Parts: sequence; structure tokens; C-alpha cells
Amino acid sequence: MSTEPAAAHHGHDDHGHGHEGAHGTMKSYVTGFVLSVILTAIPFWLVMGDVLATQRATAMAIMFFGAVQIVVHMVYFLHMNTKSDGGWTMLALIFTIVFVVITISGSLWVMYHLNTNMMPMTPHDMRNMP
Amino acid sequence: MTINPAEQTSFLFGRLTLEALPLHEPILVATFGAVVLGGLALVAALTYFKLWGYLWREWLTSVDHKRIGIMYIILALIMLLRGFADAIMMRLQQAIAFNGSEGYLPPHHYDQIFTAHGVIMIFFVAMPLVTGLMNLVVPLQIGARDVAFPFLNNFSFWMTAGGAVLVMMSLFIGEFAQTGWLAYAPLSGSDYSPWVGVDYYIWSLQVAGVGTLLSGVNLLATIVKMRAPGMTLMKMPVFTWTALCTNALIVASFPVLTAVLALLSLDRYVGTNFFTNDLGGNPMMYVNLIWIWGHPEVYILILPAFGVFSEVVSTFCRKRLFGYTSMVYATVVITILSYIVWLHHFFTMGSGASVNAFFGITTMIISIPTGAKIFNWLFTMYRGRIRYEVPMMWTVGFMLTFVVGGMTGVMLAVPPADFQFHNTLFLIAHFHNVIIGGVVFGMFAGIVYWFPKAFGYRLDPFWGKVSFWCWLIGFWVAFMPLYVLGLMGVTRRVSRFEDPSLQIWFIIAACGAGIIALGIAAFLMQLFVSFLKRDQLRDVTGDPWDGRTLEWSTSSPPPAYNFAFTPVIHSHDAWWDMKQRGHERPLQGYHPIHMPKNTGAGIILAGLSVAMGFALVWHIWWLVALTFVASIAGTIIHSFNYNRDFYIPAEEVAQTEGSRTRLLAGE
Repeated sequence: MSTEPAAAHHGHDDHGHGHEGAHGTMKSYVTGFVLSVILTAIPFWLVMGDVLATQRATAMAIMFFGAVQIVVHMVYFLHMNTKSDGGWTMLALIFTIVFVVITISGSLWVMYHLNTNMMPMTPHDMRNMP
Repeated sequence: MTINPAEQTSFLFGRLTLEALPLHEPILVATFGAVVLGGLALVAALTYFKLWGYLWREWLTSVDHKRIGIMYIILALIMLLRGFADAIMMRLQQAIAFNGSEGYLPPHHYDQIFTAHGVIMIFFVAMPLVTGLMNLVVPLQIGARDVAFPFLNNFSFWMTAGGAVLVMMSLFIGEFAQTGWLAYAPLSGSDYSPWVGVDYYIWSLQVAGVGTLLSGVNLLATIVKMRAPGMTLMKMPVFTWTALCTNALIVASFPVLTAVLALLSLDRYVGTNFFTNDLGGNPMMYVNLIWIWGHPEVYILILPAFGVFSEVVSTFCRKRLFGYTSMVYATVVITILSYIVWLHHFFTMGSGASVNAFFGITTMIISIPTGAKIFNWLFTMYRGRIRYEVPMMWTVGFMLTFVVGGMTGVMLAVPPADFQFHNTLFLIAHFHNVIIGGVVFGMFAGIVYWFPKAFGYRLDPFWGKVSFWCWLIGFWVAFMPLYVLGLMGVTRRVSRFEDPSLQIWFIIAACGAGIIALGIAAFLMQLFVSFLKRDQLRDVTGDPWDGRTLEWSTSSPPPAYNFAFTPVIHSHDAWWDMKQRGHERPLQGYHPIHMPKNTGAGIILAGLSVAMGFALVWHIWWLVALTFVASIAGTIIHSFNYNRDFYIPAEEVAQTEGSRTRLLAGE
């Protein structure tokens, strides 16, 4: 087909107006701020008040609230949604999460497994051989 | 020779002393002499022909993606000569170091050679070839005028070149790492590698890594944001698809390399214990992390080669690519799977059956999409009108060679079998089989295929065929003996042997390397002869192969702005579609074209980074501080440079396009 003169300026001409992402309103910033404060206060309270039975449970709870906090920041402060930039932002986020999850969980799995077939390295290990 | 790690340091030169110059190694002194003479001759020639200004204005400071692509490829070819010289030296050493002979290389030198060979071939040959080809071709294929961030592109190139400069410096000042190309800890820690070799390794890769990462970001943004109107994802040429996936892999995985090298440098410089044997360090974590980067890396290299073969096959068989959709999905599946196979590089490190089985199976699964690609190419050839031009010959040679490498790869993926193959020459033969047979053949196919687009004349086919046959035969002669030796249990990186019955295989392998040397010589000859015969080989149409994708719709070489009008795309194989519909070039209505200006900031910042890397290697702390501050300041100053764009006036565009119109009309 034909090339159309002046159709769709391209390249350097369109720098500066590719941001169709939302810019947030006062309301969304306040919501984000309040949620962040709450999500920070709860872990503080869990630690200061010794609420949960074990330290392990407290640690897990803090991790959980930390993860929720990340989501709140991304949605309310970084304006993450499924529509901005035609979904590419979301796709990039999903790709990043998949890669980070694979790297971290894979490394943990691998590293905890690496001693399975190792030779005993110390006399102490040797004595405790099955 | 080893230098005492507790040597003195001075404020001015850190630990750099005159003893760092390898004056006691005749091979290095002779090489140094040759390099100095060659360099002086080059400088003299450039001065005599008054080319410095041209070189600086038109090339070194250029932000044009085509010129940057060409510079990447020139860098890769220069480094190929260095990396190949290392290869020949290793093959020679292994062929003669029998029956009590020590060969001609002392172990300290031999260990540097195999490390440098691997580092150079992967980071400074294969990567620049791939990045260079993507730079040259991708914007043209998607109908864009340049990449998304033209200055960043220039800076990325110079950072990559800066890394190469640091590696080359290590040849004559100090030493290079003796650790193997991935510098496994704890061998690469300061206990076992106290002198500068590993530091050269770290800083050259860190400097080059910045370049690679930024060029990945750049090309990713280019492909996502700057496609011509109508070019939906499923209408992108396959090479652009593979470039998209490769750059996604680069952006995701190179930070892992940067991080693991940063941890290693903390271990070496400030005495942390991430990867040491004691005090809580764990060297296995180094191996784990570096392969989380390392496995995606090999797919970063091979995917664009697959893209080249797809373009070449459909062009030279005059058919739509068979199974375009399946080709795209295979590429995406390989991209994702390449993240979950890294443990197959260290099955023998101690993991239990469940981990090894998981990673063995994921590895075997990768061969399915790869096999699907091979069948797609075969079916494209089936009943096509095949023209055996040089790029097509590389492609057929690739298919025959790569399939064997793929199958030995599946053999290596079986964990119990891997306990036999691990660290043997079988592995060496396997990965040279896929990297030479896949990446190198692909890049040569791409260079021959796109050369007329870049320079306006085709490459001489005779010398191209000589080069192809020498590479193909040389590869088989050089690496089949290594498969045999590997099956006999010969380990890699050994500099002398006891068992005389092995010698014949090493001699055959050395002969193969000699044949590959002829292939490289023939390729250089091809460049030279084609340059002399450039008027006979001239391409005035811009479409010498009867191509299918958009890059063939513009002139050869393309004007600085690539396309006077942005094309509108209705089909993949957009240019073929335009030709079928009787496309007419628009001859008037030109507009001024907005272009980025050349800038020397990239080369200056990269030069500062090289100086900083050198200072870090030698512990010259005042120079580290100075170059660090200078490069930050340089970046800030450059960001205030508002004089960075200009317009090509409409009359000039009309003139350029008018001369093309006359050429096309045969005047």
C-alpha cells in the first residue's frame, strides 16, 4: 500500500506526548497516604504490642503487610493500572514479578538443596552421616 | 610468574609498577610491538589522509542508529581476531603438550588465554554482533527514523567499546583473570586471585554491562513505541520479534550479572564474605546467581540469529515464512523457559534428585520450540524457489550443524549423564556447536544479507562462499574430536597431557582451527575485494535480494532520516505487500525532518569510565575519585545541552529523494 504523506508523525516528532497514564487526583493521593499509614502502623503495633504468639508469625505478618504496601504504592503513587501505555506497563510489571519470583524462589530452593549430595566436609559431618 | 600480593603501593600509581609490564613473556612483547607498529601506521594514515575530523564528526560522535550498528560490528570483528588468536594458541598448546613436552605456554599464561577467549568471544564478539545488527536493522524494519534514545545509543556503544579496551589493556599491563570466563568464586576471590586479573575482568564487564543494559532499554522502547502505523505486534518482522524478546531478556537478566559482580568486588575490595569459603560466605551462591544471568545470556545471543535465518529463508525461497505465528510463539516460549533452566550448568554441585529432575526436564522442553523453528524453516524451503546465495548457504549450514548441537544439548540435560559429561571437552564441543553453528553462522548470514543495505554495494559472492566452506568444514574438523575426547573423559582447561593416545585428536582439532582461520581470512578478503569492486556490485534499487520487509523499501544506504514518509503497514512482509500492490514512491510533499544532533558526550563519558575502571584495577584511588566526579559532572553538563536537535530542510529531503528517483529510473 501507499505511504501517506504526513500520516502519523513518527520518530522524534512524538517525544513528549506519549503519556496517556493517569496523573492521580487529590483523592487518590490521600487514599494512598492513609492506606500506607495504616499498613505501616499495623506491623509496628504487632511488634510493639507482642500481639502474635511466635516471632515467626510476626515476621510473616510483617512481610505480608509489606507486600500489600508495595501494591498500594504502585496503584496510588505510581498510577499502575491495566490501561496505561496500552497495557505495556502492566505487561512489564508482570514480567518483572515473574522474573523476580523465579530468581528468588528458585535460588532459595536450589541453595537449600545443594548439600543433598555433597560429601561430608568436616569431621563433625562425618560422624553424623546416616 | 606471580607477583607478591603484598607488593608496595604508592599514592600516585597505586599498585602499578614497572614490573606489571610483561617484559619476560616474549609472545606478549612481540604482540605488543606489532600492535604499536600497527597503531602508529593507522594513526599516520588517518593523519596523512586528513580523516580525523571526518571520523570524529561523522562516526565517533554519530547518533545515527545505522552508523552505531556498523561501529558495533567493526568492534566485534576486531575483537574476533583477538579472541581467535587466543583460540589458535590454545589448540596449538594442546596439540603439542604431550610426552613430557610442556608446550610453549606456561600455565599462568595459558589460564589467562582460555579466560580471555571466553570473555572476549561472548561479551565483545557475539554481543556486539547481535546488538550491532539489531541497531542497524530494527528501526528500518519497523519504519522508524532512529531508535527511541539516539544519544543513549551512542553512549551504549562507547561503554561496550570501553569494556573491550580494558580487556585489551590487561594484555600488556598486568594480567587477565586465570579463572575461566565466569570467574567462579572462591577461585576469583582475593585469597586465590590476589593480583589484578580478576579486577580487570570485573571492571571491563561492569563498564560494558552498562552499555548492554542501556542499549537493551533503548531497543525495547524503540520496538514497543516507534513501530510504523498499522504494524501490530503480529505484523512485525520475525527479526524484530526476536530482537524484542532478546532485549527483554537483556533488561531482565543483565542486572543480575551486575549485582553478582558487585558482590564479588565487595569481597575483593572491602573484605566482605559473600562468596568466600569461611565466615558465612557461600561460593555456590555465586555459581547460582551468575547462571541466572548466564543462561538467558545464551538465548540473548541465539534468538536474533534465529530472526536472521527467518528473514533469509523467506527472502531466498520467495515465500512467506511458514508458520509465522508459531515462530513468534516459539520465540516467546523460549524467552520464558530460558529463565528456568539455569541449574543445568551445575547439576553436579550437590543438588538432590528433585531439583536436578526439574531443571533437566525444563531444559529438555526448550528443545521443542527450537525444533518447531527448524521445521518452520524447512517447510518454508519446501517447494520454494531457493536461491543459494551466500546468506542462504549460511542458513542451510546452520540447520545441519545446529541440530547436532541441539541434540548433544539434550544429552547434557539428562542429569545422570551430565555427571559424566560435566566439565569435559564434550561440553566445550556442545556449546561451540551451538554458538558457532548458531550465533556465528547467523551473524555472518545477517552481515552478508544486510551489507548492501548498510553500504550500498553487495559483498563479493566468491570470497563469501570460500569463507562459508572454510568455516563449516573447519568447525566440524575442530570440534568433532572434542566430542570424542569428552566422551573419553578429558576435562576442559588442561594445558598438558600424560596419555599419548589422545594427541591425534588434538592435532585434528588444531587443523580444524586452522581451517576456520582461513574462513576468517576469506571473510576479510571478501570485505576488501568487494570494496575494490564496489562499482560492479553497486545496488541502486535498494532492494538487491527482492526482499520482503520494510528495510528494503528505502535506498541503500538509507538517507540519515531512513524514510521520507512514514510507511503504513497492512501485512507482515510489508514491503512485499507494497510491491504486490504496485506501490508508487511519493515524489513530492516533503516536510522538514526533525533529527537529533551528533554529540561527543558518549565517547567522553565512556573514556572517563575506562579510566575509572583502570584506576580501580590498580587501586589508584585519587584517579578513581577524579574520574568518578568528572563522569557525574559530565553527565549533568550534558543534560543541560539544549542544542541537541535540528531540522533537515524540505528542499534537502526533496534533493535526496530526487537523486534516488533518477537512480531508480536508471539515469
